[in-house]
Amino acid sequence: MAKEKKDIISRRSVIKAGVGLGALGLSSKSLLAKEANNKNLPPNVPEWTETLGDGVDVNPYGMPSEFESNVIRRNVEWLTASTESSVNFTPLQDLEGIVTPNGLCFERHHGGTAIINPVDYRLMINGLVDREMIFTLDDLKRFPQVNKFYFLECAANGGMEWKGSQLNGCQYTFGMVHNVQYTGVKLSDLIQETGLKNNAKWVLAEGSDSSGMTRSIPIEKIKDDCIIAWAMNGEALRPEQGYPIRLVVPGWEGNMWVKWLRRIEFGDKPYMTREETSKYTDLLSDGKARMFTWVMDAKSVITSPCPEKPVLQKGIHQIRGLAWSGRGKIKRVDVSLDGGKNWKTAQLHSPVLEKSLTRFTIPFEWNGEEILLQSRAIDETNYVQPTIKELQNIRGVNSIYHNNSIATWLISKNGKVDNVRLG
Amino acid sequence: MLDLGKYIIFSLLSIFFSISSFSETRKFNIGKIATKQEVAGWDIDIRPDGLGAPKGSGDALSGEEVYAERCASCHGDFGEGIDRWPELVGGSGTLSSHDPVKTTGSYWPYASTIYDYVYRSMPFGEAQSLTYDETYKIVAYLLNMNDIIDEDFTLSNENIGKIKMPNRNGFLLPDPRPDVKNLNGNPCMKNCNTPTKIIGKARDIDVTPEDEKS
Repeated sequence: MAKEKKDIISRRSVIKAGVGLGALGLSSKSLLAKEANNKNLPPNVPEWTETLGDGVDVNPYGMPSEFESNVIRRNVEWLTASTESSVNFTPLQDLEGIVTPNGLCFERHHGGTAIINPVDYRLMINGLVDREMIFTLDDLKRFPQVNKFYFLECAANGGMEWKGSQLNGCQYTFGMVHNVQYTGVKLSDLIQETGLKNNAKWVLAEGSDSSGMTRSIPIEKIKDDCIIAWAMNGEALRPEQGYPIRLVVPGWEGNMWVKWLRRIEFGDKPYMTREETSKYTDLLSDGKARMFTWVMDAKSVITSPCPEKPVLQKGIHQIRGLAWSGRGKIKRVDVSLDGGKNWKTAQLHSPVLEKSLTRFTIPFEWNGEEILLQSRAIDETNYVQPTIKELQNIRGVNSIYHNNSIATWLISKNGKVDNVRLG
Repeated sequence: MLDLGKYIIFSLLSIFFSISSFSETRKFNIGKIATKQEVAGWDIDIRPDGLGAPKGSGDALSGEEVYAERCASCHGDFGEGIDRWPELVGGSGTLSSHDPVKTTGSYWPYASTIYDYVYRSMPFGEAQSLTYDETYKIVAYLLNMNDIIDEDFTLSNENIGKIKMPNRNGFLLPDPRPDVKNLNGNPCMKNCNTPTKIIGKARDIDVTPEDEKS
């Protein structure tokens, strides 16, 4: 990571030096201080006006501005033994609206990214069906399709924060979530093709990556809203998101959204795979563990200000954030400036979709005082996002998964923002 | 013209009936029927009751050698785990402690899961390269190291569904959430009684990657 940062710095300094600052003998350090070049400001005519820019086809597949090169997924190296079985985080603090750009959707792999030529792709459906069948990618695209926005959140999002505030960033504490529009075929339509035996109660979804990811899913969920998806945000799935096919399990923990999906087996009992026994079970303080805790409860986060987005000046600011619930739509989001003593209701921005990220904003005026910033989501089932204390009282501190508690950002008098724990 | 009209109507009717007769079986008529061999090659999962376990066997004595060759470089000779790679042995009695150690012996509720996982995804980066017998041997070695079976016990497709794991009854169903107090959508808005003293800062823990320090 440090090396990557250095590369970014040197690339930026070259870019800016090229437009004239280099001649003034400024160091790359001061260039990074976001100082404007007077030559480009009124009444002067900017450099980019006086010259032609790149023509078409310079970037056949467009990329973000080079000045946005700090908007990237990041990982926490000490968390895992290898990057092939690891996770990185979505830079929520740099994103607007509710759509996560495909290249910024967090990655969680258990055996690295499988690279699959779509002509070699097959989906097998077997077990308690009338006909065991195999579908090609082209076959799947001939079924009636759906286009739906859904959030995908890893059950371990915020997992490092159970005992106390550990990671000082919105990205690292909330970034195992993304929200895209999926295109695919409903599993309930595929079932019509294979038929289903009466005793089919559970599904095993299996990936074709080197971890052979497997999860059991009850038949009711499969029939309700699960999708076999081949596209995200209008284009083919990214390889790291399961190209060419992933399972979409709306509102439920991300581990179940099996990527590089190769097989769906119907059975009469759950399969008790490694991922639903030794992992993704919630250990309580008495040593017992909850199993099959699939739904992602309502949650919210303030994405600006946050540790990565300090408050740079006094006056009016827009608090921006995201809220979501695996049980339906977000109904309301409240924001507190004093650590939860007093709350004001934020504005929700349309579209407010079920099981999707929802954008909220609320203006606030900062006069240099200390602020304890919090947000609290309420979903359409009237569930209220809890404090960490409420969760700890019931579940202890060893659960790892399903921490949907309210976070606190401390805005200090110097405008810096910290992830803090209140008690 | 009349005859042609009748013909068209007849044709449409016969198309309609042929489609509707399809719908009783396959609604879309997309995809192909899988052969037994195709399914057998991919259907590798095994369930707690042993369903799906392939014919084969192995004991811990012969498993030690296979384990040393294929597993020990990451998991350690005795399943203690090297660096951040998972420990596989021990942890008994730690689940309710401040530092729970979740291993195949202390936490995993079914022996079938160990077989299923080892066969489908281990060794890391060489998935599905073990033979059935090698997999039974490795599982037997792990079960023996965790004091669950004797070293000469022959684990097989016949008995893997009958192994009693120590933490078999350690899991709770169904999901009790929502498990916090039901506020019915009306939480406190003014002068709420909540602690606002800062008792911890992530900055002080100092484990955030360099890139993000502000």
